Amino acid sequence: MTQAVFTRAPSAGRAFAAQLQRDLTIAFRSRSELINPLMFYVMGIAMFPLGVGPGPERLADIAPGVLWVLALLSTLLSLDSLFRRDFDDGTLEQLVLNVDPLFVGVLAKVLAHWLVIGLPLALLSPVAALMLFLPAAAIPTLVLTLLLGTPILSLLGAVGAALTVGLKRGGLLLTLIILPLYVPVLILGAGAVTAAINGVDPAGQLAWLAAILALMLTFTPFAAALALRVGLE
Amino acid sequence: MGALKTLWHRLGSPRWFFEISGPWAIGALILGLIGIAVGLVWGLAIAPPDYLQGNSFRIMYMHVPAAILSESCYILMGLAGAVLLIWRMKLADMVVAAAAPIGAVFCVIALLTGAIWGRPTWGTWWVWDARTTSVLVLLFLYFGVMALRQAVPREESAGRAAAILAVVGTVDIPIIKYSVDWWLTLHQPSTFKLTAAPSMPPEMYLPLLVSVLGFYAFFFGVLLFAVGNEILVREQRTQWVNDLVRSRLR
Repeated sequence: MTQAVFTRAPSAGRAFAAQLQRDLTIAFRSRSELINPLMFYVMGIAMFPLGVGPGPERLADIAPGVLWVLALLSTLLSLDSLFRRDFDDGTLEQLVLNVDPLFVGVLAKVLAHWLVIGLPLALLSPVAALMLFLPAAAIPTLVLTLLLGTPILSLLGAVGAALTVGLKRGGLLLTLIILPLYVPVLILGAGAVTAAINGVDPAGQLAWLAAILALMLTFTPFAAALALRVGLE
Repeated sequence: MGALKTLWHRLGSPRWFFEISGPWAIGALILGLIGIAVGLVWGLAIAPPDYLQGNSFRIMYMHVPAAILSESCYILMGLAGAVLLIWRMKLADMVVAAAAPIGAVFCVIALLTGAIWGRPTWGTWWVWDARTTSVLVLLFLYFGVMALRQAVPREESAGRAAAILAVVGTVDIPIIKYSVDWWLTLHQPSTFKLTAAPSMPPEMYLPLLVSVLGFYAFFFGVLLFAVGNEILVREQRTQWVNDLVRSRLR
């Protein structure tokens, strides 16, 4: 008599590591997807001197806002791919069926997304800041706000990406439903940089960003996991 | 406690809710219209003019209730969304569907009356001030919920997707409000606070209070009607709806 072989489900930690490794591998194999959001970031910023004129003072004035708005938009444009490809080839269904609890898998995917999009964006931002004549004293604050803020963008965006994954043309809708939720991150991020330019200590805004990050980290993975289940119904 | 539990279980039946909500909706609407009429006549004609703003402050009797309602409506929508996700109550889905456009209209009223008020008072139709901005973002959030619901083809999935978005939005709203308040604000502070007496004389705030309560009653009336309509549309294939329509046609 043969006995059916049941493999035991992997522990949550191993599932997380495996998912993270898989997503990173795929991301690094398709380099264009890796680089496109960054190119969009730099190109988008290059449009502003062309649009409002090359005067350093005016550019420095709008720099904190422009740098942050472009960070929002680059993240938004990259979000559609967070679940889309896995949805198209059926891997997403396997993820929903096999990884228990599902939010662990979602968290791994979000972390991979941030490592591939948010982190490089934060590291690239000093170059973009120079293009807009942001005072050098404010650059560390800019990088710090982006390091704290872009994970929030990825986490909230994962909810939107999960909600729209089953839809044929979800891209624009994703932008519509997520952009209003990004308002606090934009205000606090750009506000901290402006404070740093004016010589005011930006610790308050940074603390707020960190607090929002902690909140979103505890709650959005559940919402995104639930949204994935709804989307795959 | 037992009665509450029974009520909770009964809410699971759209038919029961439809039958019970009709009279409530009419009652709330009548009460609301009376409240709004009394509040507006009292506020527009009888209350004394403001020593600084003259008569232009009187638009407050429209503006403040609409702004309050726009937020209350979103919170109600978020709560209904949570109920739908946790207990899968059909009725909660219909409340989310009905509340979103109503709340969006209140946002628009608040923004329009705010613009009309801002013109003589601040000298401009629009300012990027904290409260104005939060109401605008709130309007965008309503649009998002409505757009998502329309985009998802399956009705049940659409309801749950909209509910998830409404709940996430409800968590984000306090953060949006506080972050927007980081900007120093042109706007006058809240008219009503639970912790302190209003800074206005009673001749001015009493009509406002009546108007706010009238708006609330009106809102519940409209919401109940909208939910009733949702119920009829969703349950159109059931026997009781067919019987109801036939008895009305006769």
